[in-house]
Amino acid sequence: MITIICNGESRQLDQQVSVEQLMISLGLNPERVVAELNGRILNRSEYAVTMLANGAILELIRFVGGG
Amino acid sequence: MLTIAGKTFRSRLFTGTGKFSSPQVMQAALTASGSEMVTVALRRVDLHDPADDIMSVLARDHFFFLPNTAGARNASEAVRLAKLAESSGGGNWVKLEVTPDPRTLLPDPVETLAATGELVKAGFVVLPYMNADPILALRLQDAGAAAVMPLGSPIGTNQGVLTRFQVAIIIEQARVPVVVDAGIGAPSHAAEAMEMGADAVLVNTAIAVAGDPVRMAQAFAKAVEAGREAYEAGLGARRSEAEASSPQAGLDFLRE
Repeated sequence: MITIICNGESRQLDQQVSVEQLMISLGLNPERVVAELNGRILNRSEYAVTMLANGAILELIRFVGGG
Repeated sequence: MLTIAGKTFRSRLFTGTGKFSSPQVMQAALTASGSEMVTVALRRVDLHDPADDIMSVLARDHFFFLPNTAGARNASEAVRLAKLAESSGGGNWVKLEVTPDPRTLLPDPVETLAATGELVKAGFVVLPYMNADPILALRLQDAGAAAVMPLGSPIGTNQGVLTRFQVAIIIEQARVPVVVDAGIGAPSHAAEAMEMGADAVLVNTAIAVAGDPVRMAQAFAKAVEAGREAYEAGLGARRSEAEASSPQAGLDFLRE
């Protein structure tokens, strides 16, 4: 069992997954989301090859309406 | 035509994308506004409502995105948000906002100046939101800001251009475009800023919360055009005493 913190919430993963797999399982379009893993912004090309390790802190951010 | 950092804009009305009742209303209103540049914010994805992606309705080939750093309370938070925006495909332009006090949302001049320098060095095109302080405008310009965005009045207050004397000095001194941002609550406020010689205005709340946002967007578009036209045409000087519009001569017959 792998435990990560995603957007401030603790989340249990049954198996190791990539950032992209997590996004898809959450119903997100990876093209429209930016990921910051342990304080480092990932390039989009890294989503598929970056595996989430136990204790990872992941922020998933996107554009919203604003002034 | 307005040029900022080499990019030209036909419309001098920039619009925000917050506070609209639905993505469809936002899209219709922004299209009606004729605006070519729209601001967007960055937030955590709501994992309990991940489908709520309102930006999907805005065609990126039609609207140029100006990501903001709204919510940042110091320079380092603003820089972090700007870098996230760039990685989100938002380009390298940023509307820099550093507002430590949630009650007034007034911009922190010290942190804004520091973040401007840092972001310019990192290759960003920086448009800082600032209080209407003419000296600060010069400092930001010297730090590499591509435009300056003095406030008319605090964000979301719809109070209009309460800072008109300071804004006039900023316009007079600036070598970069001046975009009056925040507090513009009615088309007349936008026209006033444009008549003063502002290069553009940024409007969000007044359009988004209007009874009919599409018609309000059209009203703002007309006001911005009218104000710019008046500025270019050259306004008559203000006087403290009356000056008759009709000839004073030729009335002798009334008194003879």
